[in-house]
Amino acid sequence: MEREYYKKLRWEIILTILAFSVIPLLILGAVIYYQFNQSYYTKIMEDMKSMAENHSSSIDLFLDERISQLNSLAHTIPLEKLRDEAYLEKVFNIIQARSRSFLDLGIIDQEGSQLAYVGPYYALMKSANYKDEDWFHAVMSTGVYVSDVFLGFRKSPHFIIAVMVREGSRSWILRATIDSDIIENIVRAAWVGKMGDAFIIDSEDILQTKPRFGGAVLQPALAPDFSKATVPQAEEIAVNGDQGLFAVGIIKLKKWVLVIREDPRDQFTPLLRTRSLMVLIALGGVALISIGAVLSTRSMMNEMINMERQKAASEEMALQESKMAALGKMAAGIAHEINNPLAVIGEKAGWIKDLLKMADVSKNENFQEIAAAVNKIEYHINRARTVTHRLLGFARQMEPVTEILNINTVLEESVAFLENEARYRNIDIQADYALELPMTASDTGQLQQVFLNILNNAIDAIGKDGEIHLKTRHLAKNNEIGIEISDSGPGIPKEMLNKIFDPFFTTKEVGKGTGLGLSISYSIMEKLGGRIMVASEEDKGTTFTIYSPVR
Amino acid sequence: MEKFKVLIVDDELDFLETIVKRLRARNIEVSGVESGYLALEALDSSSPDVIILDVKMPGMDGIETLREIKKKKPLTEVIMLTGHASVESGIQGMQLGAFDYLMKPVALDELLEKVRQAYERKLIQEGQGSH
Repeated sequence: MEREYYKKLRWEIILTILAFSVIPLLILGAVIYYQFNQSYYTKIMEDMKSMAENHSSSIDLFLDERISQLNSLAHTIPLEKLRDEAYLEKVFNIIQARSRSFLDLGIIDQEGSQLAYVGPYYALMKSANYKDEDWFHAVMSTGVYVSDVFLGFRKSPHFIIAVMVREGSRSWILRATIDSDIIENIVRAAWVGKMGDAFIIDSEDILQTKPRFGGAVLQPALAPDFSKATVPQAEEIAVNGDQGLFAVGIIKLKKWVLVIREDPRDQFTPLLRTRSLMVLIALGGVALISIGAVLSTRSMMNEMINMERQKAASEEMALQESKMAALGKMAAGIAHEINNPLAVIGEKAGWIKDLLKMADVSKNENFQEIAAAVNKIEYHINRARTVTHRLLGFARQMEPVTEILNINTVLEESVAFLENEARYRNIDIQADYALELPMTASDTGQLQQVFLNILNNAIDAIGKDGEIHLKTRHLAKNNEIGIEISDSGPGIPKEMLNKIFDPFFTTKEVGKGTGLGLSISYSIMEKLGGRIMVASEEDKGTTFTIYSPVR
Repeated sequence: MEKFKVLIVDDELDFLETIVKRLRARNIEVSGVESGYLALEALDSSSPDVIILDVKMPGMDGIETLREIKKKKPLTEVIMLTGHASVESGIQGMQLGAFDYLMKPVALDELLEKVRQAYERKLIQEGQGSH
């Protein structure tokens, strides 16, 4: 029951320590991670957005440059000169030398007829008429036109830029075909990492450049529809269960939209690494705290159990002492009450003996009988006297007194108490007392209690039929007296040997031993400046050696 | 006949009578009284050399009687005799000048030996006093 209580208490303490240290740790970790995650996510999105903006403005810049080039060309050179195809070719060569993106140049009058053409499809284009084309009407009304990407005769993606010039009452158009390569290259620069993608869509969500993964030019884009976007933005969108990070930039000159797509796995790798590291650190922390909690609780509990045991032992010892004191008082009273009548009987018997010595009595025929009876009476008075004197001695020993004593005598007296019990159980007590044992100042009663405890244990250990050897010797080295009490009992198992001096440790049946005898003996010897050692071998017996200082 | 006079003080009459008889049978000049008061009277009237004094008596107990005896005649030797073995009363008796302290029951020869020793000490001390 007590063990259960300590177990419960122990778990309560451990759990409390864990709760109060692990919960804040986890909260701290979670908050830091959440904040880090947020700012990291925001930063990535911002980066993507600005990349989209940068690239779309590059494209804007490119288109703007081409338009300016055409505009300045158209406005500085009169139509009459440009109509001359030889001259136009010269001009084409000059601008192509600066920018390879021009594929051809054409001059178109206000009726849509091609007036002059320089480029690879001369035969096809020479007589072309554009008056029914949408772009023709658009350029005629707005002055500048940039087409969507188309494949045309060339079967490679390109687009046209056309500018209209008014000269007096008539207008004409300078039209140039631009290779998409340049734009593709700008877009391709936004393919980030292993999974990043970037492409341009028109206002109908039709691809204007070839994406890195899936889809082809002039096909509908396979990404979420951003064609209606009007401002740069960035967001995370799931496509077919796959998370993707998307950023868009607006190409203002052509209402195109640049879409950048990135894989979160690419982008969030550092974040994921940080998360794993945090989880690892948190787990390590929890493990450390747990170990610390368990260890500190264990030592605390041990300390507590020890204290409790010591307390119980000292209480038990005090009780034992008061019991012995009461017993001593009673023994003294009984001895006294018996001694007085015993003294009278003794005197009377002595008087009879005195009378028997008189000459006339010795002639009586019963003289021998009377003499024998009186002798018997004296013998038994003596016997009773031994008992009462021993009782009184016992009573006196209950009071702690330091006196000069001979340990052999004390041991002999202790053995005398148990001689009957030993004889009864056929246990032979053999004494080997050192003859020249120095006298020492100690407490007879306390020493006797120690000897009695150990002798009692020896008798109990043997049970029946065995031997107890007593040996005293003076150990000059430490100037102490060693008292060996060996029994031929079953011995003490090794694992129990270091527990036998613990309070409440007992191998006797419940109710037979308090488990305090050796513990009390141990503390008595400590108090008297000595110690007790034990050596035991299973099936051979146990030897207690008591050391008492010579003082 | 030995030269010393003995007084025995004990409230246990059976004991007192018998021991007086036995000592007289050994030609010792002995008298017995049964209380401390009577002992003090006898001290005046017969001035014994050695007094055998029971510690535990009703009325005036052994220790008190001893104190009075030592006050009146300090050279009188006293042997304390008791059925009780209280160390304190023994030590107290010795401190008050008792010659020795014996426990009942005691063999008569042993007692007599003590009485002789006590008387010897008395003689020595008287000798020193007369110088």
